[in-house]
Amino acid sequence: MLKIAKERLNELYGKIAQTQGLFIPVKKAGEVNYAIWGEGKEVSLETLKTVKSPKNMFFPQTENMMKFKTEGKNIDIIDMRDEKRPYVLFGVKACDYKAIEVLDKVFLADPVDTFYKARREATTIVTLACSRPEESCFCSVFGIDATAPAGDVTVWLDNENLYWQSNTEKGEALTAAVKELFTDGGEAEVEAQKAATKEILQKLPFAALDLSRFKPENLNELFDDPAWEELSEACLGCGTCTFVCPTCQCFDIRDFKTNDGILRYRCWDSCMYSDFTLMAHGNSRTTQMQRYRQRFMHKLVYYPSQNDGLYSCVGCGRCVNKCPQHLNIVKVIKTLGGKNDD
Amino acid sequence: MQEVTEKKEFTPNIVAFCCNWCSYAGADLAGSSRLTYPANVKIIRVPCSCRVNPMFVLKAFQQGADGVILCGCHPGDCYYVTGNYYTRRRMSLLYSFLNYMGIEKERTRVEWVSAAEGARFSAVMNDFVKQVTELGENRRLTDLRVKEGE
Amino acid sequence: MREVELKMKERAAELLQSGEVARVIGWKKGEFYFDPTPAVFESADELDGFVYNGFCGANLSKYLIQQSKKEGKTAIFLKPCDSFSFNQLVKEHRIKREDIYVIAIECQGKLDVEKLKEKGVSAVTEVEENGGEVVVSSLYGTVTLAKDEVLLSKCETCKSKVHQVKDEEIVFNEMQAGKKDRFEMVEKLEAMTEAERFAFWKEQLSKCIRCNACRNVCPACSCIKCVFDNPASGVAAKANDSEFEEQMFHIIRAFHVAGRCTDCGECSRVCPQNIPLHLLNRKFIKDIDTLYGEYQAGETADGKTPLTSYTESDAEPNDVMNGEAK
Repeated sequence: MLKIAKERLNELYGKIAQTQGLFIPVKKAGEVNYAIWGEGKEVSLETLKTVKSPKNMFFPQTENMMKFKTEGKNIDIIDMRDEKRPYVLFGVKACDYKAIEVLDKVFLADPVDTFYKARREATTIVTLACSRPEESCFCSVFGIDATAPAGDVTVWLDNENLYWQSNTEKGEALTAAVKELFTDGGEAEVEAQKAATKEILQKLPFAALDLSRFKPENLNELFDDPAWEELSEACLGCGTCTFVCPTCQCFDIRDFKTNDGILRYRCWDSCMYSDFTLMAHGNSRTTQMQRYRQRFMHKLVYYPSQNDGLYSCVGCGRCVNKCPQHLNIVKVIKTLGGKNDD
Repeated sequence: MQEVTEKKEFTPNIVAFCCNWCSYAGADLAGSSRLTYPANVKIIRVPCSCRVNPMFVLKAFQQGADGVILCGCHPGDCYYVTGNYYTRRRMSLLYSFLNYMGIEKERTRVEWVSAAEGARFSAVMNDFVKQVTELGENRRLTDLRVKEGE
Repeated sequence: MREVELKMKERAAELLQSGEVARVIGWKKGEFYFDPTPAVFESADELDGFVYNGFCGANLSKYLIQQSKKEGKTAIFLKPCDSFSFNQLVKEHRIKREDIYVIAIECQGKLDVEKLKEKGVSAVTEVEENGGEVVVSSLYGTVTLAKDEVLLSKCETCKSKVHQVKDEEIVFNEMQAGKKDRFEMVEKLEAMTEAERFAFWKEQLSKCIRCNACRNVCPACSCIKCVFDNPASGVAAKANDSEFEEQMFHIIRAFHVAGRCTDCGECSRVCPQNIPLHLLNRKFIKDIDTLYGEYQAGETADGKTPLTSYTESDAEPNDVMNGEAK
């Protein structure tokens, strides 16, 4: 294990940024989100939850795909993929890292999403262990260890130092590039932090959520549960929960007319929006209850039934914090989940 | 091909929304009176200045306009009696708001030009184009995607 | 606040039991003390989870559009600021006054849980309001904070503590309007240069994720189909990284509610990126006040709005832009 003093972190960022793009939680106009690092940017690793999750790095909110140019009867199709220089995604929490695994199963399965894959392959992920989980966190319910996330490199942060441990080949390569800034040591501090954090994690109010009823065989029963009406009653139909969610993966593809052709882009879409299922024949989900049910059934039943029981919620708690009317997945789990919560 | 070495002089794109009953006819009169106004003023005919929705103004900027001018009948002379009174309030608020968002106030204007005022139409347009030319290109309220490939 | 909550619960039960109303719109307990959810109660048995505390900042009036169309009368609890929105909805024929029973409730300013968190308080179990102080109990102990420091920003500049409409009232203590001037920040922006203002809004709006929470929560945004959701409008884009789209969305939204916005502040409360959206609406309110005379949307449920009326001597747009309008 390696360590570096906290005051020298800017040197580390600078060193990484010399050869690669560095995506890191940065404060802008009061809010912390992942952004490209540069001199003078205010990095905030202490922020437990960035507003948007780091999925933005692989699956940007808006991404240009191709351009059509017409000249006479000829149509040119221009691929808009930018060259993939290597990136480092720094400071990913355990829940958000797990979310990338969830996204991989969607985007890297056949047919492979080549846009996603190119970014994914060009990126080294540095995860950061949590030391101050808050009341809205419930990653442990999904079997995630917030104190020791995986990733190419794992780092731990305390009041004095940042501790660094590489886990993969990509991680080794990054370590080799920055090693001169580090000194050896830190095992004892990291172990102490892990133990302390684990104790807090056990005490969190959502630590014992019961997921036992969310199984493929209960699909119809859960779908028809009358509780959805009441659960969704206050839902505004905005997209906040889906846009802050690290595992939401739905997108829309649209065309934009530029001065000299057509630009085709994709952008995040939300199953909470009224036009999400709009098709030529009409709309298959006409009420907010149906849309609301879709989102949670997808996370807790549909997705796991297609992915060996892997839930597509990671317990990051962003929706718990950000829903304007305080509706969230925890309420759904408590109402429909299982005996523990009755 | 000859290389362009000289810096091109900036000619702004100007969109002018003109009421069918007054300024649009005013533009006609300017033409038949052989008075000139710059060719980079693109006139969009509307049935009444009151037809102009704030979205039209924004769309014009999005598509690359450097200045937007709205021309209607003089207050009290509206073909539909009161249309331009509403325009007046609407555009006062919209333009003031755009300026609050940091959009240069010289980029937007409202002028009342009647069908008989061909000379005034020409003068107004010349003046507005001059004003926007001095100000330069619109960079604050424009959609970069539209300008792709330029 | 406890006595207010008990009385509200009692009245809700009475109204539902007597059959006077078919449903009551109020708040229901959340997972924590600080996250109550708007809820519709249809029988007295459901009232167990009923709650009214310092975190009930949500404006319930917009729920009436759906709920009051149902069979029977709907009762609703309205804070003073929500009552403005109610009147505005009646004025715009979104709801019918006679379908609704309005219970005006006391509000001493609502609290912002994010501001509590900024003060380092987490895992809140209860919050007791005590005059100008709030006593916060959490898993990590008890702290006392000045209430002014943890108010929702919309409450800091509360425009009125007078209910604009009511069938009955549950108010035990005198209420005080906000201490801060609501146009202070607008004036500050106006005093900046164009370039500075542009930089301010660019930084703020670049955070926008186009989640539409501001629009969907807004009682004035009651269009059945929004132009930004309509594929036929040509502006229904969802891309968020084009600066222009964010500007267009927020400019058009602010303009569309100009003269109708009651300044309830919900847009800023719900923004996940904390963009000060109320500053957009307040510019319109301020301009309307200066140019066309003081006007407060929602003060009455009838009459014309500033943008649906005019006088022959209104200021000229060019004079307004040059600061020469009276």
